[in-house]
This record gives sequence, C-alpha cells and structure tokens, in this order.
Amino acid sequence: MLAHLPILQVILPLMAAPSCLLIRKATLVWLFTLAVSVAALVVSVLLLQQVYATGPITYELGGWKAPWGIEYRIDLLNAWVLFIVTALSSVVLSAAHTSVQKELEPTKQTVFYALYLLCFAGLLGIVATGDAFNVFVFLEISSLSTYALIALGKDRRALWAAFQYLIMGTIGATFILIGIGFLYMMTGTLNMADLAARIPPLSESTTVLAAFAFIFVGICLKLALFPLHLWLPNAYSCAPSIVTAFLAATATKVALYLLLRFTFTVFGVDFSLSHLPLDTLLIGLGLVGVFAASIVAIYQANIKRMLAFSSVAQIGYMVVGIGIGTATALQATLLHLFNHALMKGGLFLALAGLVYQLGGCRIEHFRGLGRTMPWTMAAIVVGGISLIGMPLTVGFVSKWYLIAAAIEQQFWGVAVLVILGSLLAVAYIWKLVEAAYFQAPEINDGATAKREAPLGILLPAWLLIAANIYFGIDTRLPVEVSAAASQFLLGGGAQ
Amino acid sequence: MLLASHYNYWIVIALMMIGLYMVIAQGNLVKKIIGLNIFQTSVFIFYISVGKVDGGGAPILSEGETLYSNPLPHVLILTAIVVGIATTALALALTIRIKRAYGSIEERDIQAAEALQEPASAEVTSQAPAGKEK
Repeated sequence: MLAHLPILQVILPLMAAPSCLLIRKATLVWLFTLAVSVAALVVSVLLLQQVYATGPITYELGGWKAPWGIEYRIDLLNAWVLFIVTALSSVVLSAAHTSVQKELEPTKQTVFYALYLLCFAGLLGIVATGDAFNVFVFLEISSLSTYALIALGKDRRALWAAFQYLIMGTIGATFILIGIGFLYMMTGTLNMADLAARIPPLSESTTVLAAFAFIFVGICLKLALFPLHLWLPNAYSCAPSIVTAFLAATATKVALYLLLRFTFTVFGVDFSLSHLPLDTLLIGLGLVGVFAASIVAIYQANIKRMLAFSSVAQIGYMVVGIGIGTATALQATLLHLFNHALMKGGLFLALAGLVYQLGGCRIEHFRGLGRTMPWTMAAIVVGGISLIGMPLTVGFVSKWYLIAAAIEQQFWGVAVLVILGSLLAVAYIWKLVEAAYFQAPEINDGATAKREAPLGILLPAWLLIAANIYFGIDTRLPVEVSAAASQFLLGGGAQ
Repeated sequence: MLLASHYNYWIVIALMMIGLYMVIAQGNLVKKIIGLNIFQTSVFIFYISVGKVDGGGAPILSEGETLYSNPLPHVLILTAIVVGIATTALALALTIRIKRAYGSIEERDIQAAEALQEPASAEVTSQAPAGKEK
C-alpha cells in the first residue's frame, strides 16, 4: 500500500469524480468529495514525510521501466506542492456545501463536485508525474474542468470569461505540447529525469531553445504572468465563490511548480538562468506585474476582481524569486507559494461568506460591514494584512526572504521595488477597511443587526486566516521544507 | 531542396500561423474555435512527421519488416486528438450558452453588452442574470 502512494494520490480523485454522478444527492456527494480530498491530504502528508526522511520516491506505472514507461517521481518540491494543493482543497471543500447550495441550482450541484474532483485530480497529476507528455494530459484534464467550473457562475459574464480562458488556455497548452514535441525530436525521451541528462550537451541547439521558448510561454499563460494574465481577473471574478477560492489557492501554484520544474530540473539552471537572459526577463516581468496589477487592483469596484488582480501581483513576487535564482530567493518563492495559498484561500472564502449573505461583493456591499459582519470582516482584514506583508503574518516571512535574497545579490533596486509594491497593497486593502469600518451600513432597517456569514463558511475561512498568523510566528515547517527543496532544486534536481 | 524534403514541416508552420491568425483576428466565436482546431491539427501533423523514419514501414510484427517508423508520437497524438475534441466540444457548448445569454456570437456584440452592463452595480446579485434581453 505504502509503495503505491504516488499513484494513489492521483487515481483516488480521478476515480472518485465519475462516482459523484452515481450518488446524486448533493449533501452525500459533498461528504464523499470531502472524504476523497481529505484522503488525498493524508496520502500527501505520508509522501512528504517519506520524502523528507528518505529522499525522492519513484513509481513506475504498470511496472514499465523508467525511460519507456511513465514514471512518477516525488521529491521534496512536488511533495510540498502536493501537500499545499490537497490541504487547501480540503479546507475549501469543507466550506463548499453551504456556499454551493446557495449559489448553484440543485441540478448542477452534483456536476459541480464531479468537475471539482476532476480538476483536483488534474492538478495533482501535473505535480506528481515525472513524464513530460503526462504533464500535458493532466494539464488539459484540469484546464477543461476549470473552464466548465467557471462557466457555472451565475452571471452570464461567467460564460464569456470561461470562453476567453478556454482560448488562452488551449493556446498555452498547445504551446507546451509543441515544446515537448521539439524535446522529443532532439532527445527521443519524454521522461523528465532522462531529459535532464540529455539536454546539457544539446544546449547550443536552436531546437532546444525553441522548445524552451514554447514551454516557457505556455506555462506563463497558465501561470498568468504579467502580460499573459488577461484571462485571470474575469475568470476569478465570475466563477462561483468556491471555485475562485480553490483556483486562487491551487491552480496558479501548480503552474508555478511547472515553471520551476522545467527551468530547474528539466532544462537545468545552467541552461535557463546562465545561458539565457531569463533571470532579467523574470525579474523585469515580475516587478512590472507587481506594479501594474496592484495599481489596477486599487481601482476595482468588484472586490473579487480586485483580489484577482492582487493575485497577478503576488505571482509577480514569486517569479522575481525565480529570477534572482539563488537558494534564498528560491526559498522565498516556495514560501510565498505556500503563504499566498493560505492568504488567498482565506480571503476568497471570506468573500464567499459575503456573497452568501449579501449576494455580491462590490465595494458598496462593504459599507458598515465592520458592524454587521464583524467576524467575516475581521478575517478579510487579517488576510489583507498578510497580503501586505506585515510582521506576525506569513506575508511578512516570504517578503523578508525575498528582500534578503535581493540584498544578498546586491539587487538594491529590486529590494526597494518589492517594498514599494507592498505599499500598493496597503492602498487597496485600506479601501476595504475604510468602507467597512468608517461608513454607515447600506441598509437602514436593521443596521445594528448582525448578519454574520454562516459558520459553514466562516470556520474554514478562519482556519486559513489563523494559519496565516500561526505560520507567521512559528515558521519552522514551511521554512525548513522550502529551504531543503530549494537546495535540492539548485543541486541539479534530477540526480 | 529544403523546401521539398521538409514540405510537411512547412505545412505545419503554415497551418499553425493560419490557425493562430484566425483565433486572434476573427470576431465570430465559432470561427475562433475552427482556428483553434487548425492550430491544434498543425501540431498533430508535426508530431506524426517527427515519428516517420526514412524508408520505415508500419510498426507491426511481420516477416521481412526490419525498419519501422516510431509509433510513440502516434500514440501521443491520439491522446492529443482526444483532448482537442473535448476542447472543441466544450467550446461549442459554451458558444451555445453565450448565444442564449447574449443573443449573439460576435465578440464585438458581447463586448458592447458587457460595457453596457458594467456601470450597473448589480454584479452577481441574486437571480435573473439573463433577464436583460427578454
């Protein structure tokens, strides 16, 4: 059983997804989905423990030996990402029942959970696999189910957002497919470890360069790196609240993992950061993304959309970390990957509670919320503080490491810009605080009446927000794991 | 010389550009989907061309067949074709629902409808999202 953990991680939700359609009853399906997600979480914890203790695990699908068959390879990096994805998915799912019941028609609820599990399986597959083509297949599984999930949104805009994302996402995935084709042409293998061994002698080849360019652009489309982010704000703001929380906490993290995996493990540090001017490109795009997205975020009246733009900005910070490319910087990226999942998961869940009570989350809805929904609003404020990066929250920890890494490399400008970028976050979070605490409630009938978000949503939201504070004070777990994972990545991850 | 011996790669490039151009330039959603299909098809042809070995036969066990083409890219592309069909089906389904909700499948009309809707503060408010065009 223990030997089969890597495949169980993926196959469990994949098999459970169609089973949802057989159960039919919404509450039962929800319990079933939640159980599957928690089981996946247990598997990922076991995997993480095993990898931390004994090093990478490989698993050959169907017993076919590695370069020919599909191999799953779990090292510290993907064990960590698997843990983040399954943990966040479990928390988000625990809030799903209440929110979905309100936001979706009864006939669509069962389908929702099936799609959710399919997307979940796809994301886990991308992270677990050690085969380049397998990445493409799982990417499409998760993407296709994501398009459908977004289209479940109530507003007709959700359809348009899903269509736009479908076009962009398919182009991105096809680019990755072309890149993998080029790599196969040059090396005759699809196994990542095998590719890593065969690419260095070919690093002068234009075909390998083209492969890298296609894969890089394809992943950046999925990641929503600054100039390729256009699909994200619409998709996040129109999707059902739970979908937004799930995607914000997991999907972009998985895309970032893919970027790390391809630049560091498959192509190698020498090729991607030394041979190509990728470091300058990533730092540049990352910082422009931080500023452009943060400034746009300030002017958004729809708060879901505002936080979506803020996600684009946060992706910028993570990419800057990859661009700097030292062990500390990578550690900052990996930390922020975890921390950002906690922040955005918590914030979007709190917004789900808001949508549940008020039917929307525009800035008008926030008026006087400090009095009518004190706990929900407090969660949003603490999440916002973490987003800004104040001490005692996780946001501070990752920004600290990022700035330390920049200073270590004498990139003073980068360090200053990261701090300035955080100040922009103050501006848009302040907008919420001002509306919630310094303006009178919109409705006058029962202005003092408390209309707190239902506990089903409030508790999971606070669980994530509390984690923001807990891991901001007791940083041992994420710091240790991310330090080891970044060492592993720089030490020629393939071994 | 290069043109003649690698003509299938030139076709791949031509199809890829035609497909991408259609996706970007066409305002009609169905035409966009067709463009996306052409784009994906070019990649299928690319993979199959890669698998061809000069003078190689079909990769099946038979007498006297020693040199055969690489079957792996074909298998990969079978998967990619399935993915492509799923994408097309989903895109068409979305188009049908967009037509119902907006009354049009022209990008321009949809964006105009969005711009009209934008200032109204009713975002995800309760029900009746499609009530506008009734």
